[in-house]
Amino acid sequence: MSAAMKRSFTLAMLLALGLAPSARAANEADYKAAYAAAEAASKEAAGLRNQWTVTVSTMAAAKKAADGGDFDRATAAAKEAEALAKASIFQAASEKEAWKAMEIR
Amino acid sequence: MRTRAALLLGSLSAALVAFALTSPRVVAADKIDPVADAKAFQNFFFQKFPNVKHEDFVNGPYSMNADMKRQWQEKEEFPPYEFALDAGKEMFATPFKNGKTYADCFPNGGIGIRQDYPYFDTKEGKVVTLELALNRCRAANGEAPYSYVKDEMASLTAYMAFTSRGKLMDIEIPDDPRALEAFENGKRYFYTRRGQMNFSCASCHVQSPGERIRAEILAPALGILNAMPIYRSEWSGMGTISRRFVTCNSQTRAVPLEPQSDEYRDVEYFLSYVANGLPIAGPGARP
Repeated sequence: MSAAMKRSFTLAMLLALGLAPSARAANEADYKAAYAAAEAASKEAAGLRNQWTVTVSTMAAAKKAADGGDFDRATAAAKEAEALAKASIFQAASEKEAWKAMEIR
Repeated sequence: MRTRAALLLGSLSAALVAFALTSPRVVAADKIDPVADAKAFQNFFFQKFPNVKHEDFVNGPYSMNADMKRQWQEKEEFPPYEFALDAGKEMFATPFKNGKTYADCFPNGGIGIRQDYPYFDTKEGKVVTLELALNRCRAANGEAPYSYVKDEMASLTAYMAFTSRGKLMDIEIPDDPRALEAFENGKRYFYTRRGQMNFSCASCHVQSPGERIRAEILAPALGILNAMPIYRSEWSGMGTISRRFVTCNSQTRAVPLEPQSDEYRDVEYFLSYVANGLPIAGPGARP
C-alpha cells in the first residue's frame, strides 16, 4: 500500500466514523440530553432578560415531537433551540457595549 | 544611569500630563446628561425632517406621509377611539366601592396632568407611569387592578390624555442619582438590539422613520408616546403604552417583559423626557 493510499484510507475511515453517529436514528436519551442542554441555555437567556420567542417555540416543538415518539425530529429541534438560546446570550453580552454605537449624540 | 532616570522621569510626567488632559473628557463622555441627550435627540429629527413642523412629530406616521395624513384627518371626524374615550370619562367619574374616585389619587383631580407622567418617585426610587399610578390608585381603594395593556386601562388613560391635549410634555428628572440612572437605563433599553431579528427600538424609530416596513409607515421616536393610548386598526382596538412595548418586543421575536417592569418604566421615562416641549395628542389612532 502506498503512502498516499494509506492516507486516503485513514481519511475515509475517519470520515466514516465521523458520519456514523449522525446516520444512526436518535433515541430518547439523545433527545433528553439535547433538551437539557437547550433548557440550560434558555434559562440563562431568560435570566439575562433576553429570551427569544423562537427559542421558546422551538423547545415546545421539540417536546411535542418527543411526545409523539419522533426522537429524530425532537433531538434536532432541541439542538436548534440550544443554538438559538446561545445566540441570544451572545447578543445580550455584545449589546452591553454595542448599543452605544446606535445612540444619537 | 542619570540619563536613564531623567528619561524615565520625563516619560512619567508626559504620561501624567496626557492622563490629566484626557481624563476629564472620559468622565464627560460617561456623565449622564439628560438635557444634552434630549437636545441631540430632538435636533436629529428636526434636521432629518426639516419640513415637518416640530409639534407634528407627535402624529407619528402621519407627520411622515401626506396621503396618510389626509386620510387620518378625515378619520378624526369620527375617531375610532371615541368609544374608549367616553367609557374612560364615565369610569373616571364613577366612585369606587368606598365612595372615593380616581380624582382623589391625582394632583388637580387627575385633569390635565398627562404631560407630567411618568415621574420619578424619590420615595420609591423608581419611575411611576400613569398606568401604574392608576392601578395603585385602584389598589389603595380596595379595587382589583386592571390589565395594563388594553380595555379599561386604555379607556382611563385615553380620557386623562384627552384632558391634557395640547399641553406640552413636561417630564422632570430630579437631582437624584437614581433618577439619572433610570433615564440612562431607559436610553440603553431603547438602543439595545434584541430578539432574533436583532432590532432595537431605534432600528425602526430612529434609523427608519417614514420608511415602510411591510405595509406600515414607521413613526419617528420623537414624540412617539405623546399620542398614547392609541386605537390601532391592526389590533382592532385600543392599546396602552405597555401594549406598544410588548408588541414591539414580540415583533422583533424577543419575549416581551412584564408590563410595567422596571425596563419598560425606564424606557417610557427616557422617551417622554426627550419629547419634552411637544404637545400631548392622545388618544390617537394608528393603522
